[in-house]
Amino acid sequence: MRIRKLATTALAGALLLAASACGGDGGDGGTSAESGAPKTLTYWASNQGPSLEADQEILKPELDRFKKETGIEVKVEVVPWADLLNRILAATTSGQGPDVLNIGNTWSASLQATGAFVPFDDALLAKLGGRDRFLGPSLAATGASGQPPAAVPIYGMTYGLMYNKKMFAEAGVEAPPKTWDELIETGKKLTKDGKWGLAVEGASVTENAHHAFIFGQQHGAEPFDASGKPQFDSDKQVAATKQFLDLMAVHKIVNPSNAEYGNGTQAVQDFTSGKAAMLMWQSIASSAKAAGMSEDDYGVAPIPLPDPAQGGKQVNGMVAGINMAIFKSSRNRDAAVEFVKFMTGKQTQQNLNKAYGSLPTVKDAYDDPAFQSEHIKAFQEILATTAAPLPQVPEESQYETLVGTAMNELFADVASGKQVTEEQIKAKLTEANEKMLAGS
Amino acid sequence: MVASTTPRPGARRGTGSREGGSPRSSGRGPGRIAALIPVRLRRLGLPYLLILPAIVLELLIHLAPMLVGIWMSFLKLTQFFIRNWSAAPGAGLANYEIAVDFDSAVGASLLRSFTVTVAFTVLAVGLCWLLGTAAAVLMQGSFRGRGVLRTLFLTPYALPAYAGVITWSFMFQRDSGMVNHILVEQSGLLDERPFWLIGGNSFVALLVTYVWRVWPFAFLVLMAGVQNISDDLYEASAIDGAGWWRQLRSITLPMLRPVNQVVVLVLFLWTFNDFNTPYVLFGGSAPEEADLISIHIYQSSFVTWNFGSGSAMSVLLLLFLLLVTAVYLVATSRRRSRA
Repeated sequence: MRIRKLATTALAGALLLAASACGGDGGDGGTSAESGAPKTLTYWASNQGPSLEADQEILKPELDRFKKETGIEVKVEVVPWADLLNRILAATTSGQGPDVLNIGNTWSASLQATGAFVPFDDALLAKLGGRDRFLGPSLAATGASGQPPAAVPIYGMTYGLMYNKKMFAEAGVEAPPKTWDELIETGKKLTKDGKWGLAVEGASVTENAHHAFIFGQQHGAEPFDASGKPQFDSDKQVAATKQFLDLMAVHKIVNPSNAEYGNGTQAVQDFTSGKAAMLMWQSIASSAKAAGMSEDDYGVAPIPLPDPAQGGKQVNGMVAGINMAIFKSSRNRDAAVEFVKFMTGKQTQQNLNKAYGSLPTVKDAYDDPAFQSEHIKAFQEILATTAAPLPQVPEESQYETLVGTAMNELFADVASGKQVTEEQIKAKLTEANEKMLAGS
Repeated sequence: MVASTTPRPGARRGTGSREGGSPRSSGRGPGRIAALIPVRLRRLGLPYLLILPAIVLELLIHLAPMLVGIWMSFLKLTQFFIRNWSAAPGAGLANYEIAVDFDSAVGASLLRSFTVTVAFTVLAVGLCWLLGTAAAVLMQGSFRGRGVLRTLFLTPYALPAYAGVITWSFMFQRDSGMVNHILVEQSGLLDERPFWLIGGNSFVALLVTYVWRVWPFAFLVLMAGVQNISDDLYEASAIDGAGWWRQLRSITLPMLRPVNQVVVLVLFLWTFNDFNTPYVLFGGSAPEEADLISIHIYQSSFVTWNFGSGSAMSVLLLLFLLLVTAVYLVATSRRRSRA
């Protein structure tokens, strides 16, 4: 009798546990689905400000306003750049992701190929005010051409050369460098007394990949050939990579410690704290503000272009920016669309892009005088004239990760005092190229 | 029958009309079914029923993902299919061929990572065991402050792994880290600030952090083993004139052999598979010199978005660990039975 009782209990226990283990996927994310107004959305924001907490604070008033207008609460998590792509992939694979998320706009086509995001077809774009409301270059970086965008742009950016006006004046430098030689010369003048000419994020895959692309373009290198085959190790790309690494290795205007910087905020901190006089970066407005640096303390100039006589392309920036996407697995799609509409709305665009110093992606947001400032105009000018878009192909993210990682390793070698030759750079890039081929 | 007087789930199954009936009759229904099963079978079945929950959970939590992983390793699971795995085309053995083709970039870096992991595991397990044994033996006798010391030793193990490792990563930073501050500014041992988180030293940094985090486990288990050795043995040997060293070699260590067998095996498996330490210490992408195999597999899956190839590498790792474990268990138990 006792045996039977025990057996019943054991079996019931097993079934219960099994049932609860199976039922684990519901619940979180506050999905109230089918009927009635959904109350909660989950949102992965990218790290745009000086820290994850700062982003939370910048976003909070907007999310509060959204809640007031619609009754929908948004639970935001700010994801660091080093983790964002992997987190998105994991969410795609498992089907357990947020409702809405930010992506680096260069990843659009890669993520589009997974089919994880709700495509913004004309009907959906119409809800956001129509395709024409968005700026052309930003909307072009939302997926493969000929397909409905996988995401919509919310912050527009490109690269510029930030320079510390006070440090320039002290060193007797009058204008920001215009050519690569001037950059090195200026950097050398500014590198003294524990201060450095330029700060780089040497262990950041995304930053390194972007620089590899921009300088590659200057040398005329393309990551993929016409048939879509990777050619990361072309001689032109090797030369471009060497040119960038030599800032630390040969010209010694970059602190070797920068090879350790990888979370996407440290080089900016070196610049805003006056440890380095120059920085090649996207907008740093919120970080500068947090560090007590006013807009007048630093200038924004274009990254030096190559000498036109030497050939190559007149490129010194890329079409950077942040896009917003909706996960197909979201059970709150209506609320998610509502939120994207809010984030691309005029008021939100003005508030957030002002806070981050980025460019609004919708035309009607530009009537605010804040977007007539010198810095914003400089970025706009670069974006409009000398910025190149990264290829919108499914393999783009792999390109960024592989080439960025190779650059991380090269920077580590340079920083530890190893002589890095063109052959070694070529070998590293060839390895990246082979891995790309093996994966496809 | 005492049991039949207490209400049971079986009794409640009856309708309301049953209520008030004699306790005997309410207990008879299910009891009759039980009576149909021979007593011996009932006895034999009990242990299996008791471990059934554990088996079900084991299948769900461990075996199912493992099987899915094995299945994935035979698929061409690229970015185009990760949302719907069933649509992924089969890859046959292609994923395995790439992983073990050591002339290719993928295979070569896997082999390098494997070598690093072997070296790391040997050193880390050795150091953890050595420190654990030394501390356990030295704290065998009771002395003032033993409890405090023991607590102190166990702190790294009690701390959440992330908190401990992230602290080390701050300490290892080149410009602002405490390690370089002590080595260069305080003691003047070195003239130039070395890098710890990139380049060759990253292996040392990883080893130090890992041993710091895990040796208390060896200490904890070995201490329990040491406490179990009877004092009589020490007293008897002392009468025979054995010194401390002799006692350690002839009593403590042989008596600890069964504990050591388990501790070393568990440490080996943990260390070889360790993911958290390098992931937190190096922020996701470990430098080549400290590229442990788990993080290498993770990285290479995400780098190329080919999860089939990552799974194939995982299966190879699983096979390797199974093989080592089997050889180890056979070897150690044979030695023990011979002893």
